[in-house]
Amino acid sequence: MNNLQNGTSIKIDAKEIFYKDLNNFILDSALKGIKKIILNNVFGQRYIASRLYNIPKIEIEVFGTPGNDLGAFNDGHQITVYGNAQDGVGNTMNEGEIIIHGHAGDILGMSARGGKIFVRDYVGYRAALHMKHYKDKKPIIVIGGTAQDFIGEYMAGGIVILLGLGLKKGESHKPNFVGTGMHGGTIYIRGVVNSFQLGKEVGIVELTEEDHKIIEENVKKYANYFNKDVDEILNNDFIKLIPISKRPYGKLYVY
Amino acid sequence: MKDLKNIANPFNDDKVSANCSIFGMMNLSGTTFSGKDILTAIKNMRVRSNGLGGGFACYGLYPKYPDHYALHLMYNTREAKEISENFIDKHFFITRAEEIPTKQIKEIIDPPEFWRYFVHPKTELDKNHYDDYVVEMVMTINTQIQDTFVFSSGKNMAVFKGVGFPGDIGRFFMIEDYTGYIWLAHGRFPTNTLGWWGGAHPFNILDWSVVHNGEISSYGTNQRFLEMYGYKCSLYTDTEVIAYAADLLMRRHNLPIEVASKILAPPLWNTIDRMDKKEKELYTSLRQVYGGLLMNGPFSIVIARNGEMIGLTDRVRLRPLTAAVNSDMLYISSEEAPIRLIDPNIEYAWIPKGGEPIIGRLSEKKVIYNEKLTLQDLNKEA
Amino acid sequence: MKSYLLPEFKIIRDDDRCIRCQVCVRQCGFGVHTYDEENDIIISDESKCVGCQRCAVFCPTNALTIMTNPYEYRPNANWRKEFINDVKKQAEGGGVILTGCGNDKPYKIYWDHIVLNASQVTNPSIDPLREPMELRTYLGSKTNQLEMVDGELKTVLTSQVMIETPIIFSALSYGAISFNAQTSLARAASEFGTLFNSGEGGLPKELRKYGKNAIVQCASGRFGVDPEYLNSSAVVEIKIGQGAKPGIGGHLPGEKVSIPVSRTRMIPEGTDALSPAPQHDIYSIEDLSTLIYALKETTNYEKPISVKIAAVHNSAAIASGMVRAGADIIALDGIRGGTGAAPKIIRDNVGIPIELALAAVDERLRKERIRNKCSIIVAGGFRNAGDIIKAIALGADAVYIATAALVAMGCTLCQKCYTGICNWGICTTDPWLSKRINPDIATKRLTNLLRGWSLEIKEMLGGMGINAIESLRGNRHHLRGVGLNKWELDVLGIKGAGE
Repeated sequence: MNNLQNGTSIKIDAKEIFYKDLNNFILDSALKGIKKIILNNVFGQRYIASRLYNIPKIEIEVFGTPGNDLGAFNDGHQITVYGNAQDGVGNTMNEGEIIIHGHAGDILGMSARGGKIFVRDYVGYRAALHMKHYKDKKPIIVIGGTAQDFIGEYMAGGIVILLGLGLKKGESHKPNFVGTGMHGGTIYIRGVVNSFQLGKEVGIVELTEEDHKIIEENVKKYANYFNKDVDEILNNDFIKLIPISKRPYGKLYVY
Repeated sequence: MKDLKNIANPFNDDKVSANCSIFGMMNLSGTTFSGKDILTAIKNMRVRSNGLGGGFACYGLYPKYPDHYALHLMYNTREAKEISENFIDKHFFITRAEEIPTKQIKEIIDPPEFWRYFVHPKTELDKNHYDDYVVEMVMTINTQIQDTFVFSSGKNMAVFKGVGFPGDIGRFFMIEDYTGYIWLAHGRFPTNTLGWWGGAHPFNILDWSVVHNGEISSYGTNQRFLEMYGYKCSLYTDTEVIAYAADLLMRRHNLPIEVASKILAPPLWNTIDRMDKKEKELYTSLRQVYGGLLMNGPFSIVIARNGEMIGLTDRVRLRPLTAAVNSDMLYISSEEAPIRLIDPNIEYAWIPKGGEPIIGRLSEKKVIYNEKLTLQDLNKEA
Repeated sequence: MKSYLLPEFKIIRDDDRCIRCQVCVRQCGFGVHTYDEENDIIISDESKCVGCQRCAVFCPTNALTIMTNPYEYRPNANWRKEFINDVKKQAEGGGVILTGCGNDKPYKIYWDHIVLNASQVTNPSIDPLREPMELRTYLGSKTNQLEMVDGELKTVLTSQVMIETPIIFSALSYGAISFNAQTSLARAASEFGTLFNSGEGGLPKELRKYGKNAIVQCASGRFGVDPEYLNSSAVVEIKIGQGAKPGIGGHLPGEKVSIPVSRTRMIPEGTDALSPAPQHDIYSIEDLSTLIYALKETTNYEKPISVKIAAVHNSAAIASGMVRAGADIIALDGIRGGTGAAPKIIRDNVGIPIELALAAVDERLRKERIRNKCSIIVAGGFRNAGDIIKAIALGADAVYIATAALVAMGCTLCQKCYTGICNWGICTTDPWLSKRINPDIATKRLTNLLRGWSLEIKEMLGGMGINAIESLRGNRHHLRGVGLNKWELDVLGIKGAGE
């Protein structure tokens, strides 16, 4: 493998390296005390950072197009992708941060229970599906553009902020079935969403001071990562979606 | 193949399941290019297949014989070749017959023999019925002659496929030496062994070639619907059913692809309920008449015919598909990485919405997506 | 609305024996019995009785008899009592009928139509009490060949998990069952040298010390699934389906999500724990492969990955795909498999019997020459050591038991697991009821069961002249069918008795 070490950071040309070998390399580097790993020419290698259980936090920069399940089961590491990401980003992620300078595919942050994901552009189907929170573990996803259908399906906790950048004035967001089956957590949406686009388990409520603070804090991070104008983003109405019930299916059964 | 059913479906399953990687690329100006890039692309998605099938389709391949049906056959025995050639000679005028060149490589074990024939129908029938005649002849060979299988029967195009990883199949057929303006590729992940080359994909009938990823839950309904129109679903695969559906809707019923795609992946009733009167009537009628062709369950497909390449997923997009464009090139793939690998200068890559076809059309030299959108608008489309 | 349903059970109290000790009053979590102090009588509300026999067992004077209420509608072979009562329930409640435990319908139980062989004259039977008799089994993917160079073994097998008996405790999640019940299963597995299965509700921190004997599940709800959980196990199991409810998800009702359950599942207290029907990262066979390898990556390739499916029509083809997708273990759960809660209509109508599924899967994998690449575990209503040994002869590596383990702890299959009330302290998270399971005693009852069944398996093996369990695995010559049709014998791959 062709790699270049510089202090605690290391750079590697990932082209034509099989994902298992690449992840071996990442694990070995982390075990040797490397803190930052730069992967060049990534074309579809899967499970980047998944092998790093119980390893002190490292940073991984990905140039190219990482494969599916980027940062699946991520246990606290920071991954930055310069390009688009495919399906399964942050699948069942536990901790850490994933930053995508582009768009991301389906099931982004599925079942995540911690950590943060920032996507500059839009996301595919079923983002934040069944995301959960527990006590101090509260996953947050910030999406710059819009999303495809079923965002927040089964969502049980955590926060999704959908900014709608790039939509024309008055143009509604793309997804249908927003928050269908949602029974926990919050979705903030900047811009227009029609009521028929919402799942029947969610309701629209007024934003509180606390909500504005959460939005501001995370939009600032988003703007900082992707070099966007914070004020322009914040100077716009947000709506807040929460589940109508923690027990959406409580009345479904007879005994 | 006399006992095609047993060969294609040795365990007598309800159908043969397989999931896959798919890739399609097209030059919208009709400029031809070699199979080198698609080979690289499909090899990049190796983990999506399991070595039990791979294949390619190429359009614009035989400019010397653009009007001939190019019959591609595989033979397991010498005797099969003799019987088949007699049959072809009896039913077609053969302009040229040749062995399909292959290269021996160690990864490819025990391949059949491959021949191709450039032919015109030998029949009294009107020209309009030539396609039906060819379909009938292909079905006859495939179900009556032992150890023979027609795996490609379109004009100015061919399928090359077999048992192995797609990268190895591509090297075996030396597809880098061929040029075409549309290429499809397929890497297969079947749930059981099919040591049979005809069972690999793409599936082809006449001009139609299909590569497919997914497992359609409505297969039984689709199959029985198509049987009422005379198709014999002898391979027990979703891919075959999709190809026949395309043939029925677009060739025989003359429906445009934009409509056909809404039959395979129709809008949900609650979407239809919100449409204006005229649209509502159309979509309601489509579901009423062609409900038996709703492909229910996960699929993503790329279909090609002369002059057109189409990508489509099921209506709730249970299978992945990414599209990308760069000047004259349109790419449709299971993943984005292989597109970037072969074309680092992609202008725009996007994830199409479920049930929304991406159509590359040679005659208009453009990509049609989301009905009214042209390529220039795509940048704004999520 | 007045209910038109009659009580399911009749309670007969022998007043000559009843000493008014009120044990029955205290034992019934459903509130059937109440003591009327003024008249010094115990009143029993039969409409609440589930027939679990807890009060009868604990009555010190055997004063109670609980029996099926013998009322009858006009006899009707089509509209049987059960269907009339179900219609009444739904007319009164307007919903899906929920139930617990396994399918109780009279589908053919093939174990009861298969008989075993024994050695006579031509080869000797073995006495297992004095001769060696080996039940040790290794679960995991094997290679087809070993490579040796210069007398040194070069092949390194992927991870294998050893069990001392081919009997494993099947998935029972914390939340569905009580902490004490799960603790007892963990301790019994650890003491006996076999495995227990966490189910999909996470693994309480207190039980992680039994991780070497734990199969931890990664199911559609991903409850309690984090890298630490995955790494504190012997095997990671991807749960695709369950025999009692193929194709659907599950809901652990909010009432059962107590503080400790919420800690283990890592969801807030009192919320419904919804398990989606599919795993939303698996819509196809190559997606299954993606998750299998995601789990292998996260556990550094140190654990075998099991994939559990419900036995359905195309199990053989599916299983073949699972092996090719990288599964080291295939777990099949048949139509009689149990559950803590399932829609009755699904439990009673969907899936196929485990005997047929096992025979078909084993046969297909052998025909495709990939049987070595996986171990097969079967589940779904195993009632005794006879069922188990027949399963091994049909081709299983090991058998999952859950209902039998619960019965060992006191369960009587009253089918009310979904209510959160379990008078036996098993299927509940109510702290007062949970205390009824004493882990010391329950562990003993479970190890006793494993010991008894293992001894019986050894006896039967010895009778066939076999002293190592692997010689029976897939050895269908030792099986014969009685009262089976030709197609059934064909699917099972066995001859009829006398043939």
